[in-house]
Amino acid sequence: MDFGSFRAVDNVSVSIQPGEFFSFLGPSGCGKTTILRMISGFIQPTQGVVRIGGKDMKGARPNQRPTALIFQNLALFPLMPVWENIAFGLEVRGVDKAKRRARAEELLRLVDLPDAADKRVSQLSGGQKQRVAIARALAVEPSVMLLDEPLSALDLKLRQHMRAELRAIQKRTQVTFIYITHDQGEALAMSDRVGVMSQGKLQQVAAPQDIYNNPANGFVASFVGENNILAGEVTGQEGDAVTFATPNGTFRARLGPGVGKGAKARLFLRPEHARLMLDPGAGNTVAVEVTDVAFEGNFISVHSVDAKGQTFVSEARNDGSAVIPARGDKRHIVFDDRNAVILTGDISAKDVDE
Amino acid sequence: MNDLLNRYGVFLTTVIIVLTAFWLLMLVVLPNIYLFENSFRPYLPVTEVGGPKDVYSLNNYLTFFDSPIHMNVFLWTVIYSSVVTVICFVIAYPLAYYLSKIADVRSLPLIFLMLFIPLWVSEILRAFAWFIVLALKGPLNASLIGMGIIETPIRWVTGFRGVLIGLVYTYVLFMLLPVYNAIQSLDTNQIEAAEDLGAPWWKTHLRVILPHSKPGIASGAVMVFMLSAGSILVPTLLASTNSRWFTEIIQQWMLESLDWNTGSAYAFLLLILCTVFVSVVMRVFRVKLSDIAK
Repeated sequence: MDFGSFRAVDNVSVSIQPGEFFSFLGPSGCGKTTILRMISGFIQPTQGVVRIGGKDMKGARPNQRPTALIFQNLALFPLMPVWENIAFGLEVRGVDKAKRRARAEELLRLVDLPDAADKRVSQLSGGQKQRVAIARALAVEPSVMLLDEPLSALDLKLRQHMRAELRAIQKRTQVTFIYITHDQGEALAMSDRVGVMSQGKLQQVAAPQDIYNNPANGFVASFVGENNILAGEVTGQEGDAVTFATPNGTFRARLGPGVGKGAKARLFLRPEHARLMLDPGAGNTVAVEVTDVAFEGNFISVHSVDAKGQTFVSEARNDGSAVIPARGDKRHIVFDDRNAVILTGDISAKDVDE
Repeated sequence: MNDLLNRYGVFLTTVIIVLTAFWLLMLVVLPNIYLFENSFRPYLPVTEVGGPKDVYSLNNYLTFFDSPIHMNVFLWTVIYSSVVTVICFVIAYPLAYYLSKIADVRSLPLIFLMLFIPLWVSEILRAFAWFIVLALKGPLNASLIGMGIIETPIRWVTGFRGVLIGLVYTYVLFMLLPVYNAIQSLDTNQIEAAEDLGAPWWKTHLRVILPHSKPGIASGAVMVFMLSAGSILVPTLLASTNSRWFTEIIQQWMLESLDWNTGSAYAFLLLILCTVFVSVVMRVFRVKLSDIAK
């Protein structure tokens, strides 16, 4: 998809299964909303095709497609009562009023808002509006439901609650959900599969645990979850186990996809795999000095710095046995070969989440 | 008040207040009170003004209800003002929708400039211009014949046709601007949501865009209707032999009969009856006064 000379979505090819909960995850401006608008029909791709249920959607207007879009701001009709909002899709299809009303009430029960039919939209809370928007979209019995960051306007508690709710509704209705978000937590928690995007290109499509555990490249690794990142060079290789030389030391690590011997690459180590020990370990180990300790409740996050000035973040579960180090303590970062992965590619400038 | 004093000091504050009060009292309130008071007094020779015959009565107002011709003219004025209002809406709504939701934002200043430039010319000149354009051997007929659309020239200025064309041209912008503002304040996502839910374009307009822009349409309609009914220049200049406008009767009372008393009574009748008419129409279309004030 091109806008003038700007290519917003570049050669994205993905096949989404019926009944699947699929998320496009990426920073703002990566082209994920453009994909959504191409699927719903508000824009036509410059090249390539959108197929829904095997049918080419070229030239079909949004009102001719079996899709229903839930807008970021929901776009409920404020001048109609709740039930008319939900029944709007049926109204334009010429369904008679009694049937529309019955269907609207049925959907309101499905989304857990049984008494809201005659309320005004302005009387509803944020979470309730969300449910009405979902019911309105479900009313037209779409084969594909498209959701454009619908939870971003809610506060944290409600957001987490609605995640579970959305997932449950999707499982109950068996409608294909295509979900757009820049919030990795949402994407990982709800989806069957996640497509990570950057600068209009699809970086990786995989199940959430694969995205997190086996990222395809540096961008995916750095965008999804936290990482300690060390730049260096692959010096030795046996299968996918390699030796990786960095200014901070030479480590044994696992080779990611598409990286060969001698390549300039980066080592990615998740904070929860970086253990903070009193004594140096037998394998990968770096001597560090603790600079900051953040007690987060369920885990403890420790920032430390090695002799070269590289910052390391390590996280330990707060299981009661953890000893909280103090600032200035001398420790060692110790990690397993299998938990450090070598990848190439750009790393993401972390999206600052509001 | 204190805020005004703090900002501008005693001298400037006094000047501002005195000027505003002068404008309001001397130029708006007093002339109207004068006309209002006179509308209840009989039209008398100067020598008898203040004499025993100079008493308040409703006679001037009753003159209107005693003259079927005047009532007839009033009726047609209301009818044709309504027609002007409807035509203005039919022209302005699509244009307002185009300007607020479809047109490229960068081209808006130019389009608005083109819409406003005619307003810079005086209303009299514009009415005369139309008089020339619409003439039997004028440029409009000439070009229509030249393009082969018609064979014989059309007599444009006949019946109320010339008045309608002139009034629509003069007041269409008073409809366009409030409707434009109203549609522009509509979230574009709502239009897209309606389309996405399967609505054809006309249904989207009927159920989403029109209801949202109702206050704008109402204030535009009231404006166009009142201005048309109270207009004097266009109905005089673009009149045909059988298009009488109520304002012309008021003008005749005041300037030809020199009977300011009956003239004032007619002017207030126009105001009162039009207000009643507008209120009834607003009630029918379920528009609240507060909607229009927005």
